Amino acid sequence: MAQTSLGATSRVIRWIDHRLPFVAMLQHELYEYPTPRNLSYWWNFGSLAGIMLVVMIVTGIFLAMQYTPHADLAFDSVERIMRDVDWGWMLRYAHMNGGSMFFAIVYIHMFRGLYYGSYKQPRELLWILGVVILILMIMTAFMGYVLPWGQMSYWAATVITNLFSAIPLIGQNIVTFLWGGFTVGNPTLNRFYALHYLLPFIILAVVLLHLIALHRFGSNNPLGIDMRGPQDTLPFHPYFTIKDLFGLTVFLLIYSFFVFYAPNFLGSSDNYIPANPMQTPNHIVPEWYLLPYYAILRSVPNKLFGVILAFGSIFLLFIVPWLDTSPVRSARFRPVYKWVFWLLVIDVFALGWVGANPPEGLVVTVGQIATLYYFVHFLVLFPLIGKLERPRPLPVSIAAAVLQSGGGARLGDAGAPMAKS
Amino acid sequence: MERPLLAALALILSALTPLCVRAEATPSPPRQQWSFDGIFGTYDRAGAQRGFQVYKEVCSACHPVKHLFFRDLADLGYSEDEVKAIASTYQVTNEQPNDQGEMYQRPGRPSDPIPGPFPNDQAARSANNGALPPDLSMIVKARDGGPDYVYGILIGYKDPPAGFNLLAGMNYNEYFPGHQIVMPPPLADNAVTYADSTSATVPQMAHDTVTFLTWAAEPNLEPRHRTGFKVMLFLIITAGVFYAAKRKIWATAH
Repeated sequence: MAQTSLGATSRVIRWIDHRLPFVAMLQHELYEYPTPRNLSYWWNFGSLAGIMLVVMIVTGIFLAMQYTPHADLAFDSVERIMRDVDWGWMLRYAHMNGGSMFFAIVYIHMFRGLYYGSYKQPRELLWILGVVILILMIMTAFMGYVLPWGQMSYWAATVITNLFSAIPLIGQNIVTFLWGGFTVGNPTLNRFYALHYLLPFIILAVVLLHLIALHRFGSNNPLGIDMRGPQDTLPFHPYFTIKDLFGLTVFLLIYSFFVFYAPNFLGSSDNYIPANPMQTPNHIVPEWYLLPYYAILRSVPNKLFGVILAFGSIFLLFIVPWLDTSPVRSARFRPVYKWVFWLLVIDVFALGWVGANPPEGLVVTVGQIATLYYFVHFLVLFPLIGKLERPRPLPVSIAAAVLQSGGGARLGDAGAPMAKS
Repeated sequence: MERPLLAALALILSALTPLCVRAEATPSPPRQQWSFDGIFGTYDRAGAQRGFQVYKEVCSACHPVKHLFFRDLADLGYSEDEVKAIASTYQVTNEQPNDQGEMYQRPGRPSDPIPGPFPNDQAARSANNGALPPDLSMIVKARDGGPDYVYGILIGYKDPPAGFNLLAGMNYNEYFPGHQIVMPPPLADNAVTYADSTSATVPQMAHDTVTFLTWAAEPNLEPRHRTGFKVMLFLIITAGVFYAAKRKIWATAH
């Protein structure tokens, strides 16, 4: 039987826990769970992503109660939600902007992992599960975007599904199979709706695996060194519950700003025009969080090769733990990688800008350079820097680094002597 | 570590701006002052009612407002009786056939959608030189530039510059992409007579119409702004409380 330290546990809970140690598990994983004492606010984004997934599922279920998945009715049913359903506008705007927030959080979460080497031994599977979640999120977001059946919904569906026609010989058959017909139409909308409802629960399942893998070795930390004992850790509750709650509130302020004051800022005005198969919009542009992939896709003159690179840019992330040859996790102790990391950040923003603009002139050139750099970064620089770079000496332990930083006045900045600026 | 966090968010936001600024050769329409701007913005009811009058007497000759019902007009400050009176001036086709199985016309009721000028898109095209007059109930949200753009179109009619090849049946509009628009200038001074003795100049009518159309596109803007203010206030206070609690809890951790 799991040993619980719940002081005043009622007899009922003890009776249940003896047979089903659920409370004991929560006690162990959410209360005592030893967490590196030097985690910075960059470690808030994991729990934020989890909360955002729940927000999306809850708002999504209530929207599904009012939405009609039919090519002739979908657009109007979304408008009915906006106008006539009590608080429908809030549900819909929260869901719509929630997708953007979810991606922003996950991207920051991933860049944090890249900066602090969170994917390295023994957390390779943790990282890989994260990439699986990202892929599922992209699929879910894409299909969700199709549901309002506006102009951009329809044409995004057409463009993206058509990517599969680049596959030699059977490409066109696959596209017809995906559509459930010979164009994007009602069967496409129906299956996208079914899958859009299904996939979040699969994401939820993968998130659970992600958490199991996380709790096996615990969080990485800004120093990138292992926890060696109780002096390096703090119990998750109350230290990190309160820190996460504060971060959550700040995040909700930003999220609320978009929902209440700029609900359509991140969207495309074209999607308030009903889908019209006879009229192509001037610029078909995906949502901002897919722009970098779109830029890579368009940077290659050959369709098949463009598709391979666009998909490859994500699948590449699966092997990142083995591309990085450096034994040191945190970029704080990697004098070269510390700077190269920011090149990748700039590169991804450049790709985003390229994806947002029509492919003419300078945009094309920047797109091709940025695409090239993206792959060079992972396939060439990652293995090379790991081999050539001379990392700085690592602190003996987390506790030592915390004490060294001047009485540990600010735990968030533990290890500050080594941090830049 | 708070500052890099904010810097990262600022960076993300600045990277998103290209999404909303689509560079076109057409000049961007002049920015107007709108009553619904800002976090406390509300709809100017008198302006929106005048805008509805312009819509009803001018725009509705070609453009529907598909997503509006007569009952929605109560939002603009019309009383229940006024809404009934407005609805009853329209003839609508009953949704169900009568006992003989025939569709029939009857005066409109507040629960009816506001009927459009044409029975279907084909009829609309045939009456308008092949062009489809777009639905106006979403137009402010469905165009980049929103209210300023729609206002720009309404006041943007000019003589084409020398050498401009204006096609037959088209009109020159400064703010329309490509400048060639099928819609003839919809507004002329005193095209309507305002009941509240506001002078019906073209800019005035355009401003009123856009106020009405913005309400039509976003009827829940006011509750959204009000709720948002309460939510933000609550979150700011909560953030303060959580931050204080965090400081207190972590104070003992060293």
